[in-house]
Amino acid sequence: MTDATTQMSYEVVIGLEIHVQLLTASKMFCGCAVVFGAPPNTLVCPVCLGLPGSLPALNRKAVELGLRTALALDCTVHPVSRFHRKNYYYPDLPKNYQITQYQYTVHPPLATDGVLLLDPDGPRRIRIRRVHLEEDTGRLVHLEREGRVIASLIDYNRSGVPLMEIVTEPDLRSPNEARRFLGRLRAVLQTIGVSSGHMEEGTLRCDANVSLRPPGADLGIRTEVKNMNSLRAVERALAFEVTRQGRLLDAGAPVVQETRHWDERRALTFASRFKEEAQDYRYFPEPDLVPVAVDPAAMDAARAAMPELPDARRRRYMDRFGLSPYDAELVTSSAGMAAFFEGTVARYPHPKIVSNWLTGDLAAYLNAEDKEIEDLPVTPAHLAELLELLDRGTISGRTAKEVLGEMLAGGERPGSIVERRGLVQIGDAAALGPVVEQILAAHPGPVADYRAGKGQALTFLVGQVMRATRGRANPELVHRLLKERLRR
Amino acid sequence: MVRDYLDRIASLDGQVRAFLRVDADRALADARRWDTAYARGDAMPPLAGVPVAVKDIICTRGMPTTCGSRILEGWTPPYDATVVSRLREAGAVLIGKTNLDEFAMGSSTENSAYGPTRNPWDLTRVPGGSSGGSAAAVAAGMVPLALGTDTGGSIRQPAGFTGIVGLKPTYGRVSRYGLVAFASSLDQIGPLAGSVADAALLLDVIAGHDPLDSTSVDLPVPDYAAALRGDAGGLRIGIATEAFGDGLHPDVRAAVRQAAADLRSAGAVLEEVSLPTIEYAVPTYYLLATSEASSNLARYDGVRYGLRADADDIYGMYTRTRAAGFGSEVKRRIMLGTYALSAGYYEGFFLKAQRVRTLVRGDFQRALERVDLVLMPVSPTVAFRIGEKVDDPLAMYLADIYTIPVNLAGLPAIALPCGFSDGLPIGFQLIGRAFDEATVLRAAHAYEQRTGWHTRKPQLGNPP
Repeated sequence: MTDATTQMSYEVVIGLEIHVQLLTASKMFCGCAVVFGAPPNTLVCPVCLGLPGSLPALNRKAVELGLRTALALDCTVHPVSRFHRKNYYYPDLPKNYQITQYQYTVHPPLATDGVLLLDPDGPRRIRIRRVHLEEDTGRLVHLEREGRVIASLIDYNRSGVPLMEIVTEPDLRSPNEARRFLGRLRAVLQTIGVSSGHMEEGTLRCDANVSLRPPGADLGIRTEVKNMNSLRAVERALAFEVTRQGRLLDAGAPVVQETRHWDERRALTFASRFKEEAQDYRYFPEPDLVPVAVDPAAMDAARAAMPELPDARRRRYMDRFGLSPYDAELVTSSAGMAAFFEGTVARYPHPKIVSNWLTGDLAAYLNAEDKEIEDLPVTPAHLAELLELLDRGTISGRTAKEVLGEMLAGGERPGSIVERRGLVQIGDAAALGPVVEQILAAHPGPVADYRAGKGQALTFLVGQVMRATRGRANPELVHRLLKERLRR
Repeated sequence: MVRDYLDRIASLDGQVRAFLRVDADRALADARRWDTAYARGDAMPPLAGVPVAVKDIICTRGMPTTCGSRILEGWTPPYDATVVSRLREAGAVLIGKTNLDEFAMGSSTENSAYGPTRNPWDLTRVPGGSSGGSAAAVAAGMVPLALGTDTGGSIRQPAGFTGIVGLKPTYGRVSRYGLVAFASSLDQIGPLAGSVADAALLLDVIAGHDPLDSTSVDLPVPDYAAALRGDAGGLRIGIATEAFGDGLHPDVRAAVRQAAADLRSAGAVLEEVSLPTIEYAVPTYYLLATSEASSNLARYDGVRYGLRADADDIYGMYTRTRAAGFGSEVKRRIMLGTYALSAGYYEGFFLKAQRVRTLVRGDFQRALERVDLVLMPVSPTVAFRIGEKVDDPLAMYLADIYTIPVNLAGLPAIALPCGFSDGLPIGFQLIGRAFDEATVLRAAHAYEQRTGWHTRKPQLGNPP
């Protein structure tokens, strides 16, 4: 990609590190429940508090979810993998080491060498370097008074929550590719039941390594961008970083290898306050855990539990429902969207019409609000009901859009909105007759124009009738009535 | 029974200083409960009303656990170690917590932040370590049974120095859940007792798989007390040639050789076996154990529990807390281990040590294909004087030259008394195949029955 704001043309190189909170009932190494939003330090025990003498015991469900992911990403699963300790001091890390899987060849992580296709039938293959399991840290809460931190509190509810880290090779070539890749990966993870995929809640977190280079040159100095809390933020943050690095390089200034935080409000990245020292994590095999053996039976079980993946689903929508590639792509872009589509089609069996509404008004709303379809109060049953009302002629197309807007905002059933607001379409010639007469009397000019052969004058008159009925008139009927009346 | 032992602790422990904490009220209350149950004719669990002392590195709910360190001063665990739960279920009365080298790092119990424990046979000498408190308590008759932990000899060496029986089970035989980790791949909890039969009884209670410890092995646990029946007839015992070389005190050599001869008289067949790599065991151990320790002890940072030294920022708090809380031996080992794991040294130190560990394990494996047990001294000398080796860590480390290889191999081994030198006990050890504690105990019991060294007790009770 070339950035228009820089003088030179640089190739953008992006690799992603994605942390996925696994959908397990309990933590990675103890029986504590995984629940979002519980009161601080209520989901803790000696193990996830790292109390002296406590020992980890591996959650097999987390391994199973890791295997499912490895299969979905076409990875090499290692029959025996190991956990390691990553040693560093930080107060959110109760043992001052994190149990994770390091990429030693002798002690491999769960899976390596996978791939995710960026364009379903195209050439963009994004390689997956590894998929590994680890435990999450606690969460620091800084109490501030007058802009200064006066105390730091630690909530260990998150400590020990199962995480899966997916690391890509630096194969992404633009911020938009990074966004699309992450969207596709998220759809896969949601579909296979591994992750809820909520970036805002932090159940899916993405860090990006980004660098620029003149085409064909060696990799440039990279920065690591953190704190991107939505797909859109990923694209915006990376675009900012690409421009920033490009300008530095244009000016002959060095890019500093550092971690930069995305500030959504100010729309910029800034360097971390603390200069990182070159960290030596002193990885070594975790002696408290035995190696993780993946036997063929476990692989078979994971394979059997594998649902239809987004790519296959997309093809099915095209073949069976006749959706265009673009629409099929959009409708399968998240597990929630696909479920919504299928749920609506089950009640209102016109897939193309459903797809048009989803990819049109609904997608536009989600994009503008930066929301997920699951966040909306609207259900597939509601949308199906709306489309039925439209089909039956109970409401006009214009009214339908208006009703959808209200459904999105409040979650009310379309039938009830239509009734409450008296939006039922006027499809009765007797009821519309007086309105038509009134409009013709009020606009002698256009009436004369029409009679003089100016066809578009009729469109104006239809519009006036629609306006007078606040959109409730059946436009076809209005058209017919006007024509008949003017012929006289 | 509990009152008798409490009385003995009250009269003797001022000199021996085996205990860091004695919970007399609770022990008596527990004992009375068992008396009542007995009077009612209830079914009695195996250790009903029997006092047991626990090394103060094993977590006891509601009873402080210090690990012999200032850094955990005042910390009371909210949970029981699995072995402690099993003791309670078996009816044992937890009488108190015993002294140790700080975080089990030492061979003399002089590294305790709460002062040294003394050897009941000679109060100017060390009881060995790191389970010196547990060993001295049993040797002085202050408690019939005690739990210790053995990472490089910390049960066997003090058992040898105090003339009692100490068993290190196979790695994985006894749950480590609730044992405050020194070196996770080596640590193992085991019994200290006045006789092999008592040690077997205690092992019966604590052995077995625990889902809370992934490294504990899910294998059936035989009835160890029942396994004592029979003699040493037909057992093949290998004398480890390399363990009788230079540096072994002549009295110890003679007593251990005599022990071998006594076992032959009991029907065992002796042969020489070679363990060529055990000479590398001590340096290997001091790389692996310290590496693991450097990570295991990272959690003592003043944030959540134990000592906290105030400072302006978090890193200041870390360094000041750890500087004030840890003793010099612990600091030495943390530094050594941190170094061995560092970038650029990992391959040369940690990984190489792992490979040597595999070789040591292979030596034992080959020997134990030919013989049922390997026989060795426990220590090259008898108990040394308090203060004699505190300034010479290397000399202190070499006190464990015969015990460390067994931890590297993960095998079960028992230490038991086989004579005296100048009034101080000498011990020898029998090492068995993995998870074959039964054979180890049977041979040790047969030897004990024949010789009776375990019946000798130190003369205490009349303080000068």
